[in-house]
Amino acid sequence: MRLVIKGGRVIDPANGIDDSMDVAIEDGLIKEVAANIDATGSEVMDAGGMIVAPGFIDMHVHLRDPGFEYSETIETGGKAAAAGGFTSICCMPNTKPVNDNPTVTSYIIERARKLSPVHVYPIGAITKGSEGEELASIGAMKQAGIVAISDDGRPVMNSRVMRRAMELAASWNIPVIDHCEDLNLSAGGDMHEGCVSVKRGLRGIPGASEDVMVARDILLAELTGARYHVAHISTANAVAMVAFAKSRGLKVSSEATPHHFVLADTDTAPYDSNYKMKPPLRASRDVEAITAGLVSGAVEVIATDHAPHAGSEKMQEFERCPFGILGLETAIGISLEQLVHTNRISLRKLVELFTTGPAKVLGIDKGCLTVGRMADITVFDTSHRWVYDVHKTLSKSKNSPFDQRQFQGGPVATIVAGRIVWRRP
Amino acid sequence: MSTTLAKGLLGIEELSKPDIESILLRAKDFQHVQHQPIKKMDLLRGKMIVNLFFESSTRTRTSFEIAAKRLGADTISITASGSSVSKGESLVDTLNTLGAMHPDAIVMRHASSGAPHFLARYLPTPIINAGDGTHEHPTQALLDARTILDLRPGLEGLRVAIIGDIAHSRVARSNVHLLSKFNANVVLCGPATLLPKELANIAPNVELTNDMNSAIKDADVIMMLRVQLERQHEVMFPANEYFKFYGLRLEHVERAKPNVIVMHPGPINRGRELSSEVADSQQSAILNQVENGVAVRMAVLERVLN
Repeated sequence: MRLVIKGGRVIDPANGIDDSMDVAIEDGLIKEVAANIDATGSEVMDAGGMIVAPGFIDMHVHLRDPGFEYSETIETGGKAAAAGGFTSICCMPNTKPVNDNPTVTSYIIERARKLSPVHVYPIGAITKGSEGEELASIGAMKQAGIVAISDDGRPVMNSRVMRRAMELAASWNIPVIDHCEDLNLSAGGDMHEGCVSVKRGLRGIPGASEDVMVARDILLAELTGARYHVAHISTANAVAMVAFAKSRGLKVSSEATPHHFVLADTDTAPYDSNYKMKPPLRASRDVEAITAGLVSGAVEVIATDHAPHAGSEKMQEFERCPFGILGLETAIGISLEQLVHTNRISLRKLVELFTTGPAKVLGIDKGCLTVGRMADITVFDTSHRWVYDVHKTLSKSKNSPFDQRQFQGGPVATIVAGRIVWRRP
Repeated sequence: MSTTLAKGLLGIEELSKPDIESILLRAKDFQHVQHQPIKKMDLLRGKMIVNLFFESSTRTRTSFEIAAKRLGADTISITASGSSVSKGESLVDTLNTLGAMHPDAIVMRHASSGAPHFLARYLPTPIINAGDGTHEHPTQALLDARTILDLRPGLEGLRVAIIGDIAHSRVARSNVHLLSKFNANVVLCGPATLLPKELANIAPNVELTNDMNSAIKDADVIMMLRVQLERQHEVMFPANEYFKFYGLRLEHVERAKPNVIVMHPGPINRGRELSSEVADSQQSAILNQVENGVAVRMAVLERVLN
């Protein structure tokens, strides 16, 4: 079984390639990357006018499986990922039961192997039940296949527990990912604290609730030597602190979601829960700082924080609606719109943010088109005009603020282990 | 005839000045009705209005009910505790159920900010907001304006001090929007923890102070607000010193303009927000507010339903 992707612009930052080339795939592996590959007897994919890149990685996804299969499953989330151009995703541990032990880790890996078209890397909990007190079975989960630990959504408030978690994570050589939110400062908040929240009579989540946790975590990363990663960074201060930590040589990294670099609190439709997530959409100066962070390298990963919620959960009074929005299928479109078409970053940089960036943070063997590696490839374009219709999403849920938004460019085909798992309809 | 109002009344913020003026003018006609021996009219005969109160209320609910009845409409009042809400029905399902019975308007009070706005997106029935969380209470601002206009020729240039728990007050927000549209000068005053600094930017002509004496100095109108302990989820000001710094007493009133109007949306807590002497003083317009509530709500119902 041989597939040749012909005539595309191959961008493979890991190998320093940005050129018009063909890619040959054989037995699920990258066989050759070169100009004018002979395709006789092979299946051919015409990639003329398109970008051929290493498979994109989304290191922040909620698959809701086990426990909340009415919102998403490993299968539907995997399909939505493929439709978004991703070949690998990491799933957060806030399932029911929480992924705080190797049994749940193995369940996710086995289900994904059977049902998901894309690779799934579980992230384990930091503490048992993500309750912030007793450390989870980090070593055993690592042996079962987790690539990082995080109590995403329920951040560890006890600094001593966080310190111990970082010490253990460092010994297992996995990063600690933190959803940075001081729960006392954010308590009861439904959107970013600012003029908009005050006008709408909604309780606010101040930017400082993120900042104080980022500051704490950076200090603990220094104390422990751990690899520390800020999830869905949302404030100008947090970006500045991450840049400062990096300048001091600490192993600190960060990710930004497309919604946090395209929307501000002033862009939200009043009391529309499709704009409700944590961290909340911040002030426009924060949006600008995150974008600048992506340009400068303070932020090295784009991740979606894909957080499906069933319609009934989002059809309530605003303050009762859960936090989170879909993200997988719109990530490339938004990133092109906001970062590339505006000339803020190059296409090569965009590819890095989706490939080498997350691969390095996680320490996984992905994100390159090196000959002999598994053939995970994302083919996308930068010109095709399309409209996102959330009613056609492959996710099980429909909570997106980007419904009916028009994009220029997006995923064209997704190839996982040499197999085409999704093609633009 | 305003098309905005035909869809209901969700807040003052999105209401135009002419719409507000027309309601206030029409309310003046209805003031006289309150003193006639036969108070019932037939302007809304055959119309059905549902009063849906998800939060306890005496004066607002009664006032809306009387207003509807005086216009000749049929009314049903439902309170959350006595309905299917207590059996776990969602807000959407409750409203869809009511909507299927084809009322002509729904008057709604809810503890969540934006609850009526959320429903208005899905329900064709006009919704009149009778107070949503800490967001807006549009008919209160309208009746406050009517009350001031009964005693003053206009709102423009008046100095209006709104004092108390501003952070949690839907009355304050609606009044800020209304007064600002009419170029009154609004001074918001309260303890720092109950006075978010962003309030200065929600409308033009708004200033903030934590000092009650400077807020009241030369004021034409003083609006006192209730401390809404039920909406505070933490101790935001030491209770034992609230009255000392933010309770309205006669000595304060003397710092204002000579015939200052003292208002309060009720229910009043004597000895907490204001002293009994002030509540019962010549300057107090608190009962005028209640009386105007019916007239203003008649005008709103008529505008929405006709």
